[in-house]
Amino acid sequence: MTTSSSLSTGQTGATGLTSLSRATRRRLGQGAHPLVGKCLIALGSAAALGSTFLAWTWTTAFPGDLTVTGYPGGNQLITLFLSILTLLALAPALVPGGLPGTRWMAPRGSARLLRGLALANAASTGYVVIAIAWELGGVANYVAGTWIAGASALLAVLGAWLLPDDDHEPAPARPTPRWAQVVVVFVVVMLGLLVADFGVTTGFSEEFIGFCLGAGFAGRGLAASGLFDRFSALTAANRTATGCAVLAAAVSFVFLQSSDAYTSVADNILIFATVALGLNIVVGLAGLLDLGYVAFLGVGAYTAALVSGTAASRYAHVVLPFWAQALIGVAVSVLAGLLIGAPTLRLRGDYLAIVTLGFGEIFRITMNNLDGQSGPQVTNGAEGEYGIPDLRLFGYDFGRPHTVLGHTLGRFGNYYLLLVLVIAVVIFIFARVDDSRIGRAWAAIREDETAAEAMGVHGYRFKLLAFGLGAGLAGLAGTIQGHLTSTVTPDQYTFSSSAPPNSAFLLAAVVLGGMGTISGPLLGASLLFLIPDKLQFFHNKQLLLFGIALIVMMRLRPEGLVPDKRRRLEFHERETAAEEAYEELVADGLDGADGSDGLDELEAGARA
Amino acid sequence: MSIQPANPPASGTAPGSEPILQARGVTMRFGGLTAVDGVDLDVAGGEIVGLIGPNGAGKTTFFNCLTGLYPPTAGSITFRGQRLAPKPYRVAEAGISRTFQNIRLFPNMTALENVMVGRHCRTREGLLSAIGRGPRYRAAEREARQTARELLSFLDLDRHASAIARSLPYGDQRKLEIARALASDPGLLLLDEPAAGMNPRETLALRETIFKIRQRGLSVVVIEHDMRFIFNLCDRLVVLARGRKLTEGRPDEVRADERVIATYLGTAPGTAEQEASDAR
Repeated sequence: MTTSSSLSTGQTGATGLTSLSRATRRRLGQGAHPLVGKCLIALGSAAALGSTFLAWTWTTAFPGDLTVTGYPGGNQLITLFLSILTLLALAPALVPGGLPGTRWMAPRGSARLLRGLALANAASTGYVVIAIAWELGGVANYVAGTWIAGASALLAVLGAWLLPDDDHEPAPARPTPRWAQVVVVFVVVMLGLLVADFGVTTGFSEEFIGFCLGAGFAGRGLAASGLFDRFSALTAANRTATGCAVLAAAVSFVFLQSSDAYTSVADNILIFATVALGLNIVVGLAGLLDLGYVAFLGVGAYTAALVSGTAASRYAHVVLPFWAQALIGVAVSVLAGLLIGAPTLRLRGDYLAIVTLGFGEIFRITMNNLDGQSGPQVTNGAEGEYGIPDLRLFGYDFGRPHTVLGHTLGRFGNYYLLLVLVIAVVIFIFARVDDSRIGRAWAAIREDETAAEAMGVHGYRFKLLAFGLGAGLAGLAGTIQGHLTSTVTPDQYTFSSSAPPNSAFLLAAVVLGGMGTISGPLLGASLLFLIPDKLQFFHNKQLLLFGIALIVMMRLRPEGLVPDKRRRLEFHERETAAEEAYEELVADGLDGADGSDGLDELEAGARA
Repeated sequence: MSIQPANPPASGTAPGSEPILQARGVTMRFGGLTAVDGVDLDVAGGEIVGLIGPNGAGKTTFFNCLTGLYPPTAGSITFRGQRLAPKPYRVAEAGISRTFQNIRLFPNMTALENVMVGRHCRTREGLLSAIGRGPRYRAAEREARQTARELLSFLDLDRHASAIARSLPYGDQRKLEIARALASDPGLLLLDEPAAGMNPRETLALRETIFKIRQRGLSVVVIEHDMRFIFNLCDRLVVLARGRKLTEGRPDEVRADERVIATYLGTAPGTAEQEASDAR
């Protein structure tokens, strides 16, 4: 006890709320029988499930038509799905001693999983209930189903918070044969595809917000229960299988679409994500802050457009095949990267950020001025290159619909498949370079440049390499982007605007998603593209909300949504130390009646 | 280890062997402050040289000049007959490796990765081979990993191989720095206060380790304040005071030298004169 209190007095952070709620929960949980909590969850989730088959309002004014009794629609589908998920997660816990063979469902204890799922359901359902009253003008728009849905979702949350903590170290995973691991990876990735597909194809803002709330809280629950860790261990052990599964899932996305409406969204996400991954090499791996990165995308797009045969180009008579355009586009981008990097990368820290910011603006203004009036006519100025012809690769015209495996691929579908291929190549390069002598040199430079140089790492050369590689990958994405949008204007490549990709959003996607990781920027780019795209009603408040979201994010989770192992350590030094101390205490058998209060404080300190 | 035929042995070198390191008139000025003032140093192959002196004598600055961290204001440094360019990575490539006074590991990399970074300048694999992963790349990577593991076990750190460097106990972090420095196959190892913060038992083990490093054919220069440690370790001692070389010689000679005692304690006769001349 003495040890624990001396440790906890050292933690003078914001202990108040967290420790209170934790302590209250523990006391409540100890008072109430665990079965009460479980029954409440079961009752609440079952009732919420049932309510989705009722009408939630009597007017069709609310999007998604929630007036139908008999089958669920719109946001009810999310509630239905989350209720089923909660019940599935609860089922093993209802059997005394646990259902054999279901231990894997919650390696660190099912209470956290159930809390996450119940909260997800309540957040998503509660949002709809409130939105009905808000948008239609009052509670008068509620019908019996609305009340049942709201109340039962809340009931499940209450039950989940009555559950006693069953937090424990995850038991080691049982050895499973390789084929079973591969099957699990494929199934999980395909389920992930379905969830992602649902998110991308949500038809109205309410559905998208409900989806985000549900997916976010459920994801937190899954992470807290240790399921994510277990799955990522599985993917780390089967990297090739994971790569194949993700590629297969990404390709099959386009076959789930009946029209091109959402494929074009997916195309833009892929371009955004590809560039974000390229930026992650510069920012996440080599630790260089680049604030003008979108210019390299522009360099690629303009270079490819100039030699693609568009009438607006000065070189309209030069029509090169796409592979040559891509090569030239990449080469010019790399050159631009080296040109900017060579004089500036000798500097450390903020200077680079300022120079790159300047480069971004120089690029945009130069493209604007090469219009025949302010300068020689090369890029057609502010009007840009328009009428860029569709891609043609090996006789495959990307502008025409093609029928593949009985499914008609539209124009955007064609580009989608090409972009999946490109991003796969970028991911491949990223992963391989990160896990190599070069990746280690970058990590060393990032951590301590002086020590790295003393160990023989040529800092300047490797920073330049990161800069050039990043620029080249962005340029590659640019060469396709020009053809996809068929118009390239200077205004597409600004530092900041309300729609991605622009330099600010790219950096945000990397930081928000998780620097130094592959899935982080992918997730960050998807979110940052989808949120402005789906929530049109924000209009001009978008950037404000975006800024607030970033501030909150940096305060609560500076390492990003998908943290890199090293970054997590960098940002959570104190917490990690406190956690270790906590574990030691537990190991010493101090988890007794009088020890629990001290542990509470210690935990609270770890969260501060 | 090959010692290239170089300049004739200079005074102060242990008899019978040629110096692999020759520093001549190394001077480092920061504005008006002269931190190192015309210091000469010769180190023979397989020799252990101690660099001692009171705080602020310029020992670490001298190390930084040797390793290219500071380009010296004047003077030349020759290693194995070649003049060294004042760039840290060139110095490391030439075969001089070092540790730091305040530990400068890569804190969030594993112990093994730290040592593998030390191997960096002995491998040549570039971007394309890292992406392509041909047989040559894999062989080089395997070799680097192998060497790193050997060095970890040489310093008795194998149990920490996959631990994050920051989480290692203090003494082990110092040892890990030595392992990292050894990874570049240096001919000369510069240790900046390697025993700082170690308990007597660890210090004793460190001495054995340095002897073992010498057996691998390396020369070692050590900065240290622990006199018992340094007198029992070194073949030769160099005393720095106020940026200048005060004296050098065998440990027993240096121990008996009154000027050395005076520099440390500042009470012996002649100190005032010395100070007066320094002030000028």
